[in-house]
Amino acid sequence: MVTNGFDGALTMLGMLSGFYSSGMTDLYVAIIACLGAAVALFISGVSSAYLSEKAEREQELRELEQALVVDLQDSDYGQASRYLPIFVALVNGLSPLILSIVILSPLYLAQQGFTLLFSPFINAIILGLICIFLLGVFLGKVGNTFWLWSGLRTLTIAVATVAIILLLESFI
Amino acid sequence: MSKTLKLVLDVLKPHQPNALEFSTALANLKADYRINLIVTEIDKKTESTIVTIEGEDIHFDDIKNAIEKMGASVHSIDEVEVCGTQSTDV
Repeated sequence: MVTNGFDGALTMLGMLSGFYSSGMTDLYVAIIACLGAAVALFISGVSSAYLSEKAEREQELRELEQALVVDLQDSDYGQASRYLPIFVALVNGLSPLILSIVILSPLYLAQQGFTLLFSPFINAIILGLICIFLLGVFLGKVGNTFWLWSGLRTLTIAVATVAIILLLESFI
Repeated sequence: MSKTLKLVLDVLKPHQPNALEFSTALANLKADYRINLIVTEIDKKTESTIVTIEGEDIHFDDIKNAIEKMGASVHSIDEVEVCGTQSTDV
């Protein structure tokens, strides 16, 4: 979940930084482009996770069936090997999609006529950085490490990404 | 009509569910079931166990179905205790 969520958030951050540094003002184009990338990430996450997880679960089930010399298709193991890949695939696909939609929300709000404090791109970039920081905090909680340090680490990666993209603009 | 009071089964099970979860699932089949499980051998993917079930009226089919649902298999019935409930007047 975190891996794909991080992928999604960082991709949006990259695209938004690119749009901002290029001076893009057409929000509709930016939203469609970012949503296109988010949908691609969703399908990539779902399909890759489903295929790999299904193959792994089926292999595990076959090995267990050989060890027990029984057919496990009707057992809890059989059900898990059928349904778990779907669940894992959905989590893998939905995490970048949902994060992308959250990060893009300032652009959508601005397009709908809402007044924002900064430029919609800046708002979205700040929201992206917050999302990535929260992902780091979550990782810290899961990994039983200091949450702030973990959050700052992922935030540093995100800030570095934005900085590189903004620097690229000055060279092109 | 007879009632089964005790069953000792030779069961081969995967490592998951573990012995406690496995026994608890069997005990939950009926309020008066008492389960004793002894792991006799551990392999890479399986555990050989001796499962003793005691109760007032044990239903073997329910026990067998629950065991198979958890991915295990009954290898043999090693011991039984059955009592008849219908008396015949001579």
